[in-house]
Amino acid sequence: MAMRYHRYPESYDIIVVGAGHAGCEAALAPARMGFKVLILTISLDHIAFMPCNPSLGGPGKAHIVREIDALGGEMAKNMDETMLQIRMINTSKGPAVHGLRGQADKHRYHQRMKLLLERQDNLTVKQGLVEEIVIEDGEVKGVNTAEGIFYEGKKIILTTGTFLKGKIIMGEATFNSGPNLQYPANKLSRSLMEAGLTLRRFKTGTPPRLNKNTIDFSRMIPQKGEKGLSFSFDSKPETIDEDICFLTYTTEKTHQIIHANKDRTPLFSGEIVGIGPRYCPSLEDKVVRFPDRERHQIFLEPEGLHTDEYYAAGLSTSLPYDVQIELVRSVPGLEKAEIMRPAYAIEYDCIDPTQLDLSLETKMIKGLYSAGQINGSSGYEEAAAQGLIAGINAALSLKGEDPIILDRSQAYIGVLIDELVTKGTEEPYRVMTARAEYRLLLRQDNADQRLLPLGYQLGLISEERYQRFQRKLEQIQEGLNFLRSIQINPLPEVRAKLKELDSGDLSKPVSLEEILRRPALDYHSLKHFHEDLPDYPEDVIEQITIEVKYKGYIERQLMQVEQFRKMENKLIPEDLDFNQLENLRLEAREKLNKIRPRSIGQASRISGVSPADLSVLMIYLERLNRGRENGER
Amino acid sequence: MTFLYNDTIAAISTPYGTAGIGKIRVSGSGAIDLVAGIFKGVKDKDLREQKGYTAHYGHIIEPDTGKMADEVVCIVFREPHSFTGENMVEIDCHGGLLPLRRVLEIVLKKGARLAEPGEFSKRAFLNGRIDLAQAEGIMEVINARTNKGLDLALGHLEGRLSRKIAEIKDRVIGLYAHLEAAIDYAEDEIEEFDSAGLEESLKELKGELERLLATSEQGRIYREGLKTVIVGKPNVGKSSLMNALLEEQRAIVTDIPGTTRDIIEEYINIEGIPLRIIDTAGIRETEDLVERIGVEKTEQYLQEADLVLMMLDVDQGLREEDLRIYELVKEKPLIVLLNKIDLAPDRDYQELEESFPGHPLLRISIQEEEGLEELKKTIVEEVLGEEISTDDEILITRTRHKNALVRAVQAVGRIIAAHQEGLPYDLYSIDLRDCLDALGEISGETLTEDIIDRIFQDFCLGK
Repeated sequence: MAMRYHRYPESYDIIVVGAGHAGCEAALAPARMGFKVLILTISLDHIAFMPCNPSLGGPGKAHIVREIDALGGEMAKNMDETMLQIRMINTSKGPAVHGLRGQADKHRYHQRMKLLLERQDNLTVKQGLVEEIVIEDGEVKGVNTAEGIFYEGKKIILTTGTFLKGKIIMGEATFNSGPNLQYPANKLSRSLMEAGLTLRRFKTGTPPRLNKNTIDFSRMIPQKGEKGLSFSFDSKPETIDEDICFLTYTTEKTHQIIHANKDRTPLFSGEIVGIGPRYCPSLEDKVVRFPDRERHQIFLEPEGLHTDEYYAAGLSTSLPYDVQIELVRSVPGLEKAEIMRPAYAIEYDCIDPTQLDLSLETKMIKGLYSAGQINGSSGYEEAAAQGLIAGINAALSLKGEDPIILDRSQAYIGVLIDELVTKGTEEPYRVMTARAEYRLLLRQDNADQRLLPLGYQLGLISEERYQRFQRKLEQIQEGLNFLRSIQINPLPEVRAKLKELDSGDLSKPVSLEEILRRPALDYHSLKHFHEDLPDYPEDVIEQITIEVKYKGYIERQLMQVEQFRKMENKLIPEDLDFNQLENLRLEAREKLNKIRPRSIGQASRISGVSPADLSVLMIYLERLNRGRENGER
Repeated sequence: MTFLYNDTIAAISTPYGTAGIGKIRVSGSGAIDLVAGIFKGVKDKDLREQKGYTAHYGHIIEPDTGKMADEVVCIVFREPHSFTGENMVEIDCHGGLLPLRRVLEIVLKKGARLAEPGEFSKRAFLNGRIDLAQAEGIMEVINARTNKGLDLALGHLEGRLSRKIAEIKDRVIGLYAHLEAAIDYAEDEIEEFDSAGLEESLKELKGELERLLATSEQGRIYREGLKTVIVGKPNVGKSSLMNALLEEQRAIVTDIPGTTRDIIEEYINIEGIPLRIIDTAGIRETEDLVERIGVEKTEQYLQEADLVLMMLDVDQGLREEDLRIYELVKEKPLIVLLNKIDLAPDRDYQELEESFPGHPLLRISIQEEEGLEELKKTIVEEVLGEEISTDDEILITRTRHKNALVRAVQAVGRIIAAHQEGLPYDLYSIDLRDCLDALGEISGETLTEDIIDRIFQDFCLGK
């Protein structure tokens, strides 16, 4: 018998389904932009919960967190306010791939975000299990929940994470469940399929949690934190100095255990049908795929300050519990470790993201947006970024304005969404610096310069913060002008100093900028050559230094971007029926009709569309434009 | 939607002139129907019912009069298995301009449009039948001036260059992937990057690109011909030399200085090398306007010359005029020809020979046909050096390809420099991308805004 739903007395502009990392950003942004938002979650005790690793960042991911911050999202600030430790990794490489990595306190992270949502104007936070999307005439009307309530809403943003028909797999043991034994959303998938969306099944997993008191850290390598770093451009976090993270490695014995239990491994026995992430594989996957590797890294991270649970990164597995115990204890320092929560794999439904526009609205159903793992991505950061963009675009749509679409030369967020929507993904998608072809311009240190003006324009960045940002820009320019204006002559004392600093000799007068370009020298060392060197905050000095030292590369990259933009700016009419372009090969017509690229540039990234097809499209557009011009005359 | 070229096009595809047969090509979705309407086959065979790759004997009928226009063989191609990727019919008529024109007119009257220059190739490219390097190969096949040039062009058409480029691109992508893995997984699991190995791979890559690039000079010569300019003061025997090389009378030969007013250009073939040989008006100061234009043009030709043949009249000895000409050309690849040795049999050549240090000097007599074989041999040596064997190799024949290769080499050079300077790996990707983009431009995989224009400006003849 069909359930009867009772209309909730309030009606909302936007309803967000799910309150994980995507959901929180998707709800906060439009509420801050003045729209009436409802966020529904299966469990209020798990808002902004981190069901996997207690950390944020790393190359690519940290870039995204900073972009979220520059656009006025919350993730970076929430992390800064609650994290235990932070450091910059990948520093042996260039500035483009440096990335912050922070250790989160899971509980504090959740608590602060929950309170923030509760206190946010225009935002209503409720527990509720959404079972159905209500659609009329191809447009969303609201959602029905298991509690028998119909919530009316003009826009719906799905941020369901791994809850859709979630199924936990632990060796032979399997059961329907959301992450961390939460209640799964068993019915919503059906509603989405009935609406015409294509669903698929993905898999991810998490390692065991161990009791700190049973771990022998003396046999491991401690990992230090750093001071003075933050995810947000706008905060000064307090972090702790103590060694809280430790590094150890698997042993030959570990690998033997995996081989001996192959028949009990769901990944190889066929129990797991969902596709897992290549970039974040389970240990058995790594051991089998890389038989030559003698050991794999295990990284132990605390789950928080007020718990002794430790997360064992690198031990992610779907092996049975009894094998996990053996496995854990084969690792140096973990000989006596007690598993508090076993590792598990989880399968879930998600949608094929090529069904979305670059705005993250579904092409098929007006007013329906989706963000995060439901779109086939993996990772808290990737989820939050999509949530923010979906939230902003749902709000802009209500305002009758064009969506914001960040392109690949503007932000990692742009790369992320473009790839999901244009290419689709066959496995949980993780952002990597290698995916960003213009990454020297997309540095984590300049995310504010790239995106903060946009955040301000959207009303998500305060006037006061914007003014501070303007001041920073002025200082950078002032500093650069200064360095260019000062000439250094090859005097004996200058040459002696250069020699002392391990830098090459000087034969003719050069600007201070030229001196800074030398690899061995940093900004502060310029004092030796010019006493009245202006002093700036470290973030300003960093920008000046990068600008000077990498000038040639930055300029070349800008030229590449210019080429790229030319293609991105060749827009394809929204209503174009590619089937009518008979000169296109059949495969190309089908792909183009499915993805509906907005530009030639986007079309060029669709697999199955050849350079010849693009030539056809370009000629078509050219003719169309000429026709238009002639028509006007 | 007929935005592009769904219409049916037709053109005479064999050279004009008298020949045994001539070919008219008809291409487009309606091509078979169109020709079927004017073709009367034996036993009333209907072309529309014929499979691809079949030939059919019959007659082309003038529809208005019902009169036979020519006896033909029609070859049917069905999309996508044809040169253009569309339905096509090739009508083999009798050669000679008249039958070909008559049949073409009938085809056009039936609704086909006369193909624009290069349009068949354009369709083939746009239908994904050939890549850019192959499309360009077609033009080269058509325009080949020597057997050697033809072989090279056929190689491009067959995709030899494209394959080579794809092979190099694969290597660049391999390097790229390796570097990127080291960057993204640095502090995780990947082994320390092999820095020395990287530099070696980069140098190998650069060497490979440079070897390919080095062929471009020869390639251009095979394609365009070796620009050879004959200079010398008036009446020194320039036109006679040209004629002797051509072995036919083309230039006007007189004894009055300044008779050769126009630049005369001819192609001759020396051991497979096309020589684009240019006879110039004598370089000398002159008040004659017409002649001055000729002289100015000469200087321009001299600047662009790949080889200069400078002629002297041994009978007259070395004049100031000769030395002035020498000043203009001495930096060029130069062969000095001492002509008319038959008129001064007892001459001492030592002084003359010392005046042109470092340049080959030949004694010839055009009148007596003396020294011409040696001249040809010297030309080959001077231009191609020792290495003329390029049988199975790929030569870069187009400026467009050459420029792209130059950019690819530069990009790899920048990476090697950066590596030696100790700059971080992640910057290398910028130059690797430049390198890949440049290579992709050769095959047309790299999307650039003006690609369509650029491609087809080259396709100005037939086909």
